[in-house]
Amino acid sequence: MDLNRRQFLLTSSAAAGAVGVGSGLTTRFWGLDGDPVHDPATDGDKVIPTFCEMCFWKCGVLAHVKDGTVTKLVGNPDHPLAKGRLCPRGTGGTGLLYDPDRLKKPLIRKGERGEQRFEEVSWEEALDRVAAKLKEVKEKHGAESLALFNHGYGASFFKTLVAAYGSPSVGAPSYAQCRGSRDVAFQLTYGAPVGSPEYLDIENSRVLTLIGSHLGENMHNTQVQEFAAMIEKGGELVVVDPRFSTAAGKARYWLPIKPGTDMALLLAWMHVIVKEGRYNKAFVEANTVGFEQLAAHLADKTPEWAWARTSIAPELIVETARFIAGAAPASLVHPGRHTSWNGDDTQRGRAIAILNALLGSWGAAGGFFLPSKLKVPPTALPPMPKPERKAPDTPRGAVFPFMDEGLAHGLRDASIPGTAEFDIKAWFVYGSNLIQSLPNPEKTIEAIQHLDFFVAVDVLPAEITGWADVVLPECTYLERWDDLAITPWKEPFVSVRQEVVPPMFDSKPGWWIAKELGKRLGLADYFPWESAETMVKARLEAGKYDVAAMLRTGVAGGKRAAVTTEEGATAVYGTPSGKIELFSQQMADAGLAPMPEYTPPEAPAADQFHLLFGRSPVHTFGRTTNNRFLSEIYAENEVWLNTRVAREQGFKTGDKVILVNQDGKKSAAIKVKVTQRIRPDCVYMVHGYGHTDKRLGFAAGRGADDTQLVSRVKIDAAMGGTGMNVNFVRLERAGEAA
Amino acid sequence: MSAGRYAMVVDTRLCVACKACVLACKAENNLAEGYCRDWLVEEVHGEFPKLRAENRSERCNHCSEAPCVDACPTGASHIAGGGVVLVTPDKCTGCKACMAACPYDARYLTPEGFVDKCTFCLHRVQRGEQPACVTVCPTRTLHFGDLDDPTSEVARLLVDRKWKVNHPESGAHPNVYFLV
Repeated sequence: MDLNRRQFLLTSSAAAGAVGVGSGLTTRFWGLDGDPVHDPATDGDKVIPTFCEMCFWKCGVLAHVKDGTVTKLVGNPDHPLAKGRLCPRGTGGTGLLYDPDRLKKPLIRKGERGEQRFEEVSWEEALDRVAAKLKEVKEKHGAESLALFNHGYGASFFKTLVAAYGSPSVGAPSYAQCRGSRDVAFQLTYGAPVGSPEYLDIENSRVLTLIGSHLGENMHNTQVQEFAAMIEKGGELVVVDPRFSTAAGKARYWLPIKPGTDMALLLAWMHVIVKEGRYNKAFVEANTVGFEQLAAHLADKTPEWAWARTSIAPELIVETARFIAGAAPASLVHPGRHTSWNGDDTQRGRAIAILNALLGSWGAAGGFFLPSKLKVPPTALPPMPKPERKAPDTPRGAVFPFMDEGLAHGLRDASIPGTAEFDIKAWFVYGSNLIQSLPNPEKTIEAIQHLDFFVAVDVLPAEITGWADVVLPECTYLERWDDLAITPWKEPFVSVRQEVVPPMFDSKPGWWIAKELGKRLGLADYFPWESAETMVKARLEAGKYDVAAMLRTGVAGGKRAAVTTEEGATAVYGTPSGKIELFSQQMADAGLAPMPEYTPPEAPAADQFHLLFGRSPVHTFGRTTNNRFLSEIYAENEVWLNTRVAREQGFKTGDKVILVNQDGKKSAAIKVKVTQRIRPDCVYMVHGYGHTDKRLGFAAGRGADDTQLVSRVKIDAAMGGTGMNVNFVRLERAGEAA
Repeated sequence: MSAGRYAMVVDTRLCVACKACVLACKAENNLAEGYCRDWLVEEVHGEFPKLRAENRSERCNHCSEAPCVDACPTGASHIAGGGVVLVTPDKCTGCKACMAACPYDARYLTPEGFVDKCTFCLHRVQRGEQPACVTVCPTRTLHFGDLDDPTSEVARLLVDRKWKVNHPESGAHPNVYFLV
């Protein structure tokens, strides 16, 4: 081999000289040899600041535009959430903009629902149809029977439209299927929101505890930046996860807990911290109520008690409790985000909130900061009509005492006649693929059959748009103005989203669609501006902002404010007691446990696994899985299976399996990934795959959708959320007879 | 700009393997679909539950004794300013000798038929900017600079921290360093 290579080099060296003579001398010289350095020339001739919509975080983006084409998207250095950097999804926004499968023309359904036969029509015809049907629904059934399902920042205009129309029936899966229980838990405990983006000073944490958060796989840009900064500064991690997450790979302690038993660990940690007097006594004394009751409540929640439930050894529980307490108050137990798991999720969120109170991390550097917010006057609108009926988003007779946003699954269920106080008769679905985002997709499809009318507004086709009567193609975030984003933060700021390139195809911005519908519904007064651009500029002018500078930089504000008690910020606890409620009288009054109790989870049968799902850093659920640019990194999900179990059951990486849940629901075929990184009693998959809509030319048929396997839920008694990690699956080889 | 010795220092403790570096490189360098110049190695060692992990953002090592340059029959592969190893497309015949010689599998044949690889974004560096992968990285894992300048961040990191290189036995003297 050596000889061959040397011979080859010898024979070819002469050729090098010959070609070298002919090499062109161009105008740009660099280096020792005079060969030009190739410039791929992707810098824009225009660079336009805007903010991202590849997830909900809203990072500042600088869009490079060259000859009318967006060549690249980079982080805006002036933007406090981006700090000049973007996550993979933000970097890959061009893959959405230039997705060949985008919705291009308004569509009206031909034939039966679900047959997927549509006719392209003009905007005029589509908007007239939507307006006529919405009027009809209002006359026949009342305005309240229209439900708006939404996800994403562009929804603001449709929320205005639906409120002006007179319906309170608004729901987003981001509440009852995601972060709602956590939000309610912190509101109950601190009387203050945990924020979105969350008000976490991770960069100054000395110990960060992640319990069910896989930060680094969920790429919340600012949090990941701070997470790395914390590690850089010597901060330590405690990670509680049945799976060896990316974060677990960096942790001082990884506790591979049995799914559904976080509460036992949290109570035992608090038991140790209280019993050993390691809690932040001054903070607890000054800021909380109910400590004595809590201490009594924790007395029997020993590490040994928790061991039997969590599978975490008592010595390790004690050691980690001391480790976490030792860093207080710069010891942050992350509140998590997607927390709709086991039906006791508000209680679990309360346990996290209370543990943080014992550490005194609220208002402390390295804990929860106390955000500051800029003011921008809102657009003056006529008063909204007062609906006569409340949204029918809970089952008839059910009360969820602390529910503070609409339940999307409840509005779906109310569309099945006779389920709720009155029936939902029409759907307005904005940017939310309900088939993949609500549990029990068969029920979603059943509900649609009962509707008088269903309109969907989206950028891409998805399973849900296939069922709509009218589909309105919205342009992407890079092709439109939206309302200002006013973000409470350490450096409070306002960001502007402006049109980077004009809308492609026959797509239109959301503001235009809402305004046009408003006109046709006699609600034009609620859209008292020419365009979102003029509305945004008017708001900025009214707030005495430098509009030109803002459009040039994309951001206003961004100066560091006092956000910790040490810096002079004051924590305001909006609870009935005016203090942090370790014991919640509100919950007791509502018939709920005033202090978090452990509820044993159901156990899978011998041949079943806990079904866990989560995120890939390059995708935002099913919204991005058709993005060909992002999919060069991760194109198809796989099901993680523990190495020992795989060996015992004869599975290899790449084998195709079907997951079957306890109700016989089956997934699409999915490849096995054999790994040491997961407990033997669990399987894991990235959410957002298994698209079936063939109009998603890339994503259709890739991987499997976990939602297909979520036929059961446990309802959170406090706020109505759907605990979805109560489903168990067994593996069947794909191709085997069922 | 003086021609020093450009190097990249990769802090494996910070990297979450999000692969923003890969996408930013593809966008910056307008790479064809299916091609990339940097990539992630995600290693996990041990058995459940005793595991450890290392994430490495990898690319051409811009070796000081670059076997690819020695292997190139046409002079297309060459050492440019700052010790950056480049390929001049016009001179490249696509013979792949360099690809065989590279200890790091850092090179690929483009659809146009020439060999390509990471350039340390020299077109940006010339303008005083950092490589695209460095500027995007949310965890600030990647550091780029001149090792000949003892005050540079990369030089200081290699003094202050424990590091390793891939395939030190290759004798190629790679210039991508991994902090551990």
